[in-house]
Amino acid sequence: MTLLQIAFLIISAVTILAALGVVVGRNILRNALALILAFLGVAALYLLLEATFLAAVQVLIYVGAIAVLILFAIMLTERLMKQERATNEQWWVVLVASALLAAILIFLVGAVEWQVTPTEIGGDPIANLGRALLTTYVLPFEVASLLLLMALVGAIIIAREREEA
Amino acid sequence: MIPLSWYLTVAAILFSLGLYGALARRNAIAILMGIELMLNAVNINLVAFWRYITPQEFIGQVFAIFVITVAAAEAAIGLALILAIYRHRQTINVEEIDLMKW
Repeated sequence: MTLLQIAFLIISAVTILAALGVVVGRNILRNALALILAFLGVAALYLLLEATFLAAVQVLIYVGAIAVLILFAIMLTERLMKQERATNEQWWVVLVASALLAAILIFLVGAVEWQVTPTEIGGDPIANLGRALLTTYVLPFEVASLLLLMALVGAIIIAREREEA
Repeated sequence: MIPLSWYLTVAAILFSLGLYGALARRNAIAILMGIELMLNAVNINLVAFWRYITPQEFIGQVFAIFVITVAAAEAAIGLALILAIYRHRQTINVEEIDLMKW
């Protein structure tokens, strides 16, 4: 067992425990804080995979933007969600289904012979990623920026207070 | 080196936890958080496949970036919808938001 493997096991244990903290428990604020820890754990996994740019993006977008947005929404809506049950009546069906899905996926992962090619990343990964984004994948890149603009305008229009006419 | 299957196993567990959160919770924000967990699990898979199978081409990372973009858009729109619903009905419990339920 190498040092990297031990680091991986620790990071994934923290991430999975944090994800568990996201879905169980009644306090939605604690769920959101656990979600931040889970996002950070995923960023650490990206670092182990040598995807440094994605790790930075993960911290900036997920921890910096999405988690803060979720915390804002919780603060703006929290009033009646405290003392009630956190789950609906079908939660045990969902529990069985999710456990079954996890079992099937883990079985499949173990059953397949993965054609791994242990090569080094060629050149400067960040420069190559930027080149790929602006040459081969330039159309989806531009469409993604359009999508973000639409989401921005749409979110403002949906969430703003409507003055009565 | 860390085996590829370890990453895939972690991602599978994260995805299942997110699925449970998205389907079993009553709070709409908790459902959104479950969806974010599932998207993160998918991204781990994409990046792991990129690193282990096609490290010369950057399609895996590019796809992960697009997934993050869509996740950001989804979170913004979803939370705006939740705020709008809360303003109208004073609740974000999805069992009480049943106007369109037949």
